[in-house]
Amino acid sequence: MIFTIAGKELRALFTSPLAWLVLTVVQVILGYGFLKRLDDFLQIQSQLAQLASPPGVTELVAAPTYATAAAVLLFAVPLLAMRMIAEERRNQTMTLLLSAPISMTEIIIGKFIGLMTFLLLIMLLVLTMPLTLVGTTSLDIGLLATLTLALLLLTASFAAVSLYSSSLTAQPMAAALLSFGLLLAMLFMGETAGDSLRARGWAIPAAFAQVFSPLRNFEPLGKGMLDSYAIACPLLLAAAFLILAIRRLDGRRLRG
Amino acid sequence: MTSPAPELTVSAKGLARHYGKHAAVRGLDLEVRQGEVLGLLGPNGAGKTTTMQMLTGNLAPSAGEISVCGIDLLEQPVAAKARIGYLPETPPLYRELTVAEYLRLAARLHRMPRASCEAAASRAMQRCGLSEVSRKLIGTLSKGYQQRVGIAQAIVHEPDLVILDEPTVGLDPNQILDIRTLIRELGRAHSVILSTHILTEVEAVCDRVQILHHGEVVFSNTIAGLREFQRGRTVTLSLHRPPSIETLRGITGVSTVDADGDGRFRIRFAPDVDPTAALVARAGAEDWGLHQLTPAQTSLEDVFVHLTRGDSAGDSKQ
Repeated sequence: MIFTIAGKELRALFTSPLAWLVLTVVQVILGYGFLKRLDDFLQIQSQLAQLASPPGVTELVAAPTYATAAAVLLFAVPLLAMRMIAEERRNQTMTLLLSAPISMTEIIIGKFIGLMTFLLLIMLLVLTMPLTLVGTTSLDIGLLATLTLALLLLTASFAAVSLYSSSLTAQPMAAALLSFGLLLAMLFMGETAGDSLRARGWAIPAAFAQVFSPLRNFEPLGKGMLDSYAIACPLLLAAAFLILAIRRLDGRRLRG
Repeated sequence: MTSPAPELTVSAKGLARHYGKHAAVRGLDLEVRQGEVLGLLGPNGAGKTTTMQMLTGNLAPSAGEISVCGIDLLEQPVAAKARIGYLPETPPLYRELTVAEYLRLAARLHRMPRASCEAAASRAMQRCGLSEVSRKLIGTLSKGYQQRVGIAQAIVHEPDLVILDEPTVGLDPNQILDIRTLIRELGRAHSVILSTHILTEVEAVCDRVQILHHGEVVFSNTIAGLREFQRGRTVTLSLHRPPSIETLRGITGVSTVDADGDGRFRIRFAPDVDPTAALVARAGAEDWGLHQLTPAQTSLEDVFVHLTRGDSAGDSKQ
């Protein structure tokens, strides 16, 4: 049942021009950034060769591309997710799902998987760019794998937050702005709160704050470090917002 | 929960729904048996849609219990919802899908096995006269066709109970007749609950009728019972030289008299006594100038207006 809903969402995304536009714009931005960095790398390559242990192409070209992708997805995910619940409410098509023998959990998880499948496509496009260098140079496959994992986790938490925002309003644009605001607030405040709490030696509150600090969790994996807490945090964040979204749908049934 | 008779498709007891302090529905009881069409009538804001939303699990009742084919809707929503088909006021249509795609999706969402969705969709299209538009996008269809897609969506999974919220709104007269025929047909195999503003529709398709007013059932009867209720118990009388209203009230058998002005009176009388003959005799003897005497047809409309206007002045005058 979850996959029926996921399939429906995926089809809805592909029938809207917005999704194609987002895919195009993201690819143009990332493609340009990747080529620019590759060009820069080629220019300084001879100087790098004189260093004792020079950074490779994966660190200097792929890693920044992934960082750009993370920034671009901060805008793209709210735009892609905004219609998922808000528009169903505005067009009153939500009734079809709510009257069907499906639980609220299945509805939200289905929508989340549909959205993630689409986002995986973007991630595949990102991954393809460094992979074009295979054969011409030696790539750090381990680093590429942790970078991809980091982006995947970041995207999952963005998607869950955006899905929740979409459940709060019947206006898709308001939902997009709301999720954008929520994500930005987390990026700034989660980081600062985590740092100041850690400075006071409050380890547990600091660890809690780290859940709400997506970029802090992106960093270790982005450097090729498999930090289990940094992997758990985005998953916790995504789960928390998915549960909030489920409760939100249920609350509408209870309170009208 | 008491175990209902097997043929009972839906039973709701003491259903209530509050929005803050406002009670949209209070103490509503409702029962529909297999193969029965129940009409829900009521003015705007009477609680028809709220009731239907509660019966379909879209809205949780503040109090009361609902069971569908013996399954408690509130405790086992998934099992109960599988037996219900619902057409809300605004049909829940995905405009970017074709009719066939949409109906397959609706069948799948109602947990039909994947293999039988195709057949179920084409059967629903055939019943609702949609076969020739099956490959068109829903967004490009006319309002009437969209309404039919909405009905097809409610019956695609062969539910035991079909709930239709104003199914003929926005249709042309021919389409209305088609839809009514369809509802009658549905009523044979399934149970149907239907809300409407159109009183003739209720008389045409329903077996039973409940009238809601301010969230309460104010009238509940079978259509046959309603006809019984309607049999000429009112006459209208036009007089050139009317006597005082008390004189008319004094005639044996007359229960109420309403003066409509210009010497016209509406006279109701008890079921067993017919004072018409006495009225005519008195009119002749006392020279009231009787020039018109018609037995009034009490229609569902009269019952409806009488129950929902709130000015039952005519009846309180004894």
